[in-house]
Amino acid sequence: MAAGEGHRLHRLGLVVNMVGGLRNLIFPLIAIAFGTSTLDFGYLLLVGIAILFIGFTLFFSWLAWTRFRYIIGVEEIRIESGILNRNARSIPFERIQDVSIEQKLIPRLLGLGEVKFETGGGEGDEGTLAYVSTEEGERLRELVRDRKEGAVATPAPEIANNDDGTADIRRFEPEAEPLFAMDTQRIFTFGLFEFSLVIFAVLFGVAQQFEFILPFNLYDIGAWIGIVEDSGIDIDAISWGARIFGAMAALASLIAIGIATGLLRTFLREYGFRLDRTPKGFRRRRGLTTLTDVVMPAHRVQAAIVQTGFFRRRWGWHALKFVSLAQDSKEEGSHVVAPFAQRPEIDPIMKEAAITPETLDIGFRRLDWRWWFDQWALLLPFALLPIVGLLIFTDVGARAALILLLPVIAALFVWLSWRHCKKALDENQLYFREGWWSPKLTIAPQVKIQSIEISQGPIARLRGLAEMEFGIAGGALSIGGIPVGEANAIRQRLLDEIVKVDFADVNRG
Amino acid sequence: MTDCAGFTPTAPLAIEEMDVNYKGFGAINCLVSAIQQRHISNMDEATETEELTRLHPDHVKVTRIVASLFMLVLIIPAIIAETAAYLNQESGPPNGVFIIPVLLIAAFFVLFMPWRRYIHRGFHMSADRIRIVRGYLFRSDTIVPFGRIQHIDVDQGPIQRRYDLATLTVHTAGNHNSTVSLPGLLHEDAIAMREEIRAHIKRDAI
Repeated sequence: MAAGEGHRLHRLGLVVNMVGGLRNLIFPLIAIAFGTSTLDFGYLLLVGIAILFIGFTLFFSWLAWTRFRYIIGVEEIRIESGILNRNARSIPFERIQDVSIEQKLIPRLLGLGEVKFETGGGEGDEGTLAYVSTEEGERLRELVRDRKEGAVATPAPEIANNDDGTADIRRFEPEAEPLFAMDTQRIFTFGLFEFSLVIFAVLFGVAQQFEFILPFNLYDIGAWIGIVEDSGIDIDAISWGARIFGAMAALASLIAIGIATGLLRTFLREYGFRLDRTPKGFRRRRGLTTLTDVVMPAHRVQAAIVQTGFFRRRWGWHALKFVSLAQDSKEEGSHVVAPFAQRPEIDPIMKEAAITPETLDIGFRRLDWRWWFDQWALLLPFALLPIVGLLIFTDVGARAALILLLPVIAALFVWLSWRHCKKALDENQLYFREGWWSPKLTIAPQVKIQSIEISQGPIARLRGLAEMEFGIAGGALSIGGIPVGEANAIRQRLLDEIVKVDFADVNRG
Repeated sequence: MTDCAGFTPTAPLAIEEMDVNYKGFGAINCLVSAIQQRHISNMDEATETEELTRLHPDHVKVTRIVASLFMLVLIIPAIIAETAAYLNQESGPPNGVFIIPVLLIAAFFVLFMPWRRYIHRGFHMSADRIRIVRGYLFRSDTIVPFGRIQHIDVDQGPIQRRYDLATLTVHTAGNHNSTVSLPGLLHEDAIAMREEIRAHIKRDAI
């Protein structure tokens, strides 16, 4: 490109980079200081290395600075960078969700800021200008806002401003009925299903950490028996009846502890659970000690997940999660909107997010069983080889043949997993059920799919089967064991729906 | 060629390429076409019928140069070991116990793999979507609608620049396939493709 086209970053950014480099230099310099303290010219060496390093940092950040340009186009921002590897990134204004200006301490002292253009792309790092002057940052933010509004008709404000200054009447109204809430009794029932023995893992972990202060070896059963005998009990003298009773008591206490842990954890997390439908979106409040209050815009919902468990399914308990363009919290992709509810309670919540619950006539179909069989068969040699080795080279004898049950059990699990995997497709949505121990149903609106990949490994190719992987913002959906022809037909059909609507329109409020 | 259309439209192109340039790979050629023949018979219901575009031929050179740079890590120690062994042995020519296996491995990764990757990679850009097909043993066929593209990169590495090639990368909001890249395009083609996609995003939004 011609020199001079576009804008450069602020020169003082070099100073910020240098200071950042200095911070990395502290520990190596201390190490060198120790290493050279016996030498006469040690300090001279130290200063020399520091100057050399700073010089290098400055030189390379200067080089990067000279090769960095950002260009404000009519429809896009273009960022060109790279010393050897040249990168030219084009970010259409239409896609920019948010322009953030971040000012850390040192840039703030110099009147600089880091401008980030957020587009909702999958990896987070979208477009960063480090550093420009604060005025330039404000100018860019205004500019993006203007260009976006120029291209898009401004959506009507959700709450009209009145002339007399009372901005929001609704604020003074009593809070409306929640979309979903859980009372104490519900949370108690929920807690019973959240049976957890995690406490033992924690205790064991703690004991392992502080083993050195324990008076005996944790793994020495003899020592444990010793403790019992020290308190005046002779283990050999205990009758079988008492032993069985003891074992039962131990089991019962284990179960009791598991239930108590589940109850405690559930109450801490879910106490006062309440989901509201506000003009801004879904608002979820919950928690006993740490109360959280999350708002998720309804149009950002990308898919719904209905999850249940092996036992709770018998009583009709399900959890509803929304997969969302997780702008609010980067670590949590899907938001729980109803952790423990019956289907009649869940379906209306789903409808609020413009997702239609599945119906009976939707036609769920199983996938090709050979896809599952091949996976099992591939693992078989790895399981059989050690068994054969044991049988031949050791004298464990016929008892070892019991290990042969393992592949049989594995086959049972594979079969169960195949039986519970089903897909369905209607005009607007994609449905996928999976899992037999904790069954899960994913409902994805077709227009919210970002990309479709069909992939095949060598064995699948001989079978004529393929896996379809759908790119969903904030979640993943892949369905294996579909005949190639059908996969192509499904993709064709979905794409024709998808291309009709632009991303910005799908995810606009 | 139409009967091969579908999931692996690169297949017929691939066999042609081998006939013309790589007669030495006759045995592999037969194997490939045998597997593909079987594969094609499964393809009756396939619906994607458009022709795929190959990458620029110079892309093979670029990937070969990159691969040989990596192979130097193996070759240089092998030469040293070979020399040391030669100096220590009493008579005779160098026996090649180090250098021959390493050269075979290098030949596989430098000569064979870039070529095989190249012949199985193709793309197609239609009015509203881009399709990228790649892989031989493990195949993938990805379509990204323009309406779902967040932003677009055109990258050029130092070796690519020598051949005036570039890599086009499109980013989506999906967690899977959040970046889909297409190397081995002429730089001006990559720029033109970028402009076309960008224009489409703009047009959609109005």
